[in-house]
Amino acid sequence: MQRIGVFVCWCGSNIAGTVDVHTVAEALKSEPGVVFSTDYQYMCSQAGQDIIKNAIKEHNLTGIVVCSCSPRMHEATFRKTAAAAGINPYMVEIANIREQCSWVHKDMQTGTEKAIILGKAAVAKVNLNTPLTPGESPVTKRALVIGGGIAGIQTALDIADAGFPVDIVETKPTIGGKMAQLDKTFPTLDCAACILTPKMVDVAQNENIRIFSYSEVQEIKGFVGNFDVTIKKRARFVKEEICTGCGACVEKCPMKKIPNEFNLGMDNRHAIYIPFAQAVPKVATIDPNACNMLKKGKCGICSKVCSAGAIDYTQKDEFISEKYGAIVVATGFNPISMEKFDEYAYSQSKDVITSLEFERLTNAAGPTAGKLLRPSDLKHPHTIVFVQCVGSRCAACAEKGKEYCSKICCMYTAKHAMLVRDKYPDTEVYVFYIDVRTPGKNFDEFYRRAVEEYGVKYVKGMVGKVTPEGDKLKVQASDLIANKQLHIDADLVVLAAAIEPDKSARPLATMLTASMDTNDFFTEAHPKLRPVESPTAGVFLSGACQGPKDIPETVSQASAAASKVIGLLVKDKLTGNPCVASPNELMCNGCSTCERVCPYGAITYEDKEFMMPDRSKAIRRVAQVNPAVCQGCGACTVACMSGAMDLRGFMGSQIIAEVDAICK
Amino acid sequence: MHNDNTRLTQEIIRASGVNPSKCMKCGKCSATCPAYDEMEYHPHQFVYMVESGDLEPLMNSKSLYKCLSCFACIDRCPRGVEPAKLVEAVRFAVIRQQGADHMTPDDVPAKLNEDIPQQAIVSAFRKYRK
Repeated sequence: MQRIGVFVCWCGSNIAGTVDVHTVAEALKSEPGVVFSTDYQYMCSQAGQDIIKNAIKEHNLTGIVVCSCSPRMHEATFRKTAAAAGINPYMVEIANIREQCSWVHKDMQTGTEKAIILGKAAVAKVNLNTPLTPGESPVTKRALVIGGGIAGIQTALDIADAGFPVDIVETKPTIGGKMAQLDKTFPTLDCAACILTPKMVDVAQNENIRIFSYSEVQEIKGFVGNFDVTIKKRARFVKEEICTGCGACVEKCPMKKIPNEFNLGMDNRHAIYIPFAQAVPKVATIDPNACNMLKKGKCGICSKVCSAGAIDYTQKDEFISEKYGAIVVATGFNPISMEKFDEYAYSQSKDVITSLEFERLTNAAGPTAGKLLRPSDLKHPHTIVFVQCVGSRCAACAEKGKEYCSKICCMYTAKHAMLVRDKYPDTEVYVFYIDVRTPGKNFDEFYRRAVEEYGVKYVKGMVGKVTPEGDKLKVQASDLIANKQLHIDADLVVLAAAIEPDKSARPLATMLTASMDTNDFFTEAHPKLRPVESPTAGVFLSGACQGPKDIPETVSQASAAASKVIGLLVKDKLTGNPCVASPNELMCNGCSTCERVCPYGAITYEDKEFMMPDRSKAIRRVAQVNPAVCQGCGACTVACMSGAMDLRGFMGSQIIAEVDAICK
Repeated sequence: MHNDNTRLTQEIIRASGVNPSKCMKCGKCSATCPAYDEMEYHPHQFVYMVESGDLEPLMNSKSLYKCLSCFACIDRCPRGVEPAKLVEAVRFAVIRQQGADHMTPDDVPAKLNEDIPQQAIVSAFRKYRK
């Protein structure tokens, strides 16, 4: 039999104003197991906690009930108090007589009655409580960053600076991501490469960082502090450690009509290639779909010209297994396909381009060496139309666009328009917008500068259709403020395409058992208070994989994610939550339902030998819960058809006792 | 905005199945409309006038009959507002105004004629809102 103490808090007048606390304390005195009951003005204060501690010692209490505010507020406080007085912290129950009682009732009598009922329920539960001890698990002091864009780079650098080893896995042959493709960055207009490439070099030179480029994550097992990851290092047919990146092979390669992904197909590369001059690692890669030697066994020129002897046509995909304590997802974004937006004639005309293609066209390392020439005839465009929100805020066409605002387009379009007017003042620039959204430091000032100082013509309205006619693009649009339909003969049309999470994100989320929203953006543990953590323990989010973000925001989030990782890796052991699911193996029928509903992948099945009632031995398949992974959500306990699964601290019997106490 | 057209507005919204408050005022319907120049009120204004119950000028405007029902606005509206359906509903509201009955049952026998399609008589005999 428990010896229970009841402590009713006034919370100043917050509770005592609507609940007669003396009556509550008196009424609960006669409940089974209760040996002591009192009330006090502020139970959470030092004096209040001392009352609890003294009562525990004086009356040899084995469990306590605190009738106070929400357990979210002070459960941890009172558990510590109990532990300090020598009883198990999980022998504490909170009856929430503030949020659920005094704050929602106006009448003293109703409030008091309900407070007594809530108190009785808590007492009934404590009677069935058992001491719980959280388990411990070790922490592997190494982090994995998936994605080598600016988000992954920043996260990796910050973690490495704190002294922990970090591995970056990047699918492309080089790190750098989307930022490496940009020309200038808003709102300061510093060149993207100038600020990004030093960071890429830092990554390459940092002793704590390993880069797995041209690689992907194949398999993830384990749990927070102890992930087992298999990385597939795709064969690049060049020995990475020997290649000096001199580029002699690239020059001599006869296969030179391969669309260049880095310039979004606007020029060509060779079958053996280095994506761009500042690539990290600066190592050549052979495209197996384009190389004659790999396809037909004829050629071998690159091997002949390579003075380092780095070419290896027999190289195979390599699988690397490594243990990690924490995983950061930084898989980034891509612009959506414009193929389905027939009205803008993207597939019909080379001179209708996306904003990312425009970045390459104005980039000094791009296909036109930074001269703004339109792709069809390499002539300088004199009239340029920018269309915003192409596929963004598009609720009607889920198969084409995205319902959300892509956030970055207003600002990069203002940047593009401004830069064109600055470099080529003879160019007429129109921007069609629905709204101009510029919340951010110096953002609105930047947009206004484009209008006021650079003479960019912002038109409130959308473009309805673009028709290629001769060497012109006929643009039909509405000007809602003038209430006119405009017809513009444009030379170049630039579409601000919506952005979407990278396609690799969905299968990765499945491997990580990390949750995603309907748009395939990773979900954060709390939208305001835990923005860089996934609800899955040990998995952190960095950059646009969590939602559309510009560079400053991405970098802030990347550093925030790093600090969370460091906070995890400095620990030698992780203390778990003891309120986890536990199966009754004798009742488990091995149906796997719990395994399927578990959002964290905490449940596995194991064949175990059991002594049967007739004393024979039998092998049965039973559920096993990994307490380090289980988050105590309880989904399995309701899904279990044979009633074998129970949640420690919230056992079925305890819940029923509470309900009985309330209904008595 | 105060107006006495609440009932009529609601009827038009119900009949068309269009929710004009989904409109985000981007103007793509008007940008795409091939009959734009013929119209006094343009597709985006249409939607707004129904939304705000400003129906009278719309019902009295020839713009209603300039819509070709090509449905380009329906196809391209990013929010799925379907302006052309609203136009159609307003047209009906005009045609079927109270007391606009073209004939009474007594007129029917005299009109029966082999050259007139039956559908025409049925249409003309329609009830025009009680």
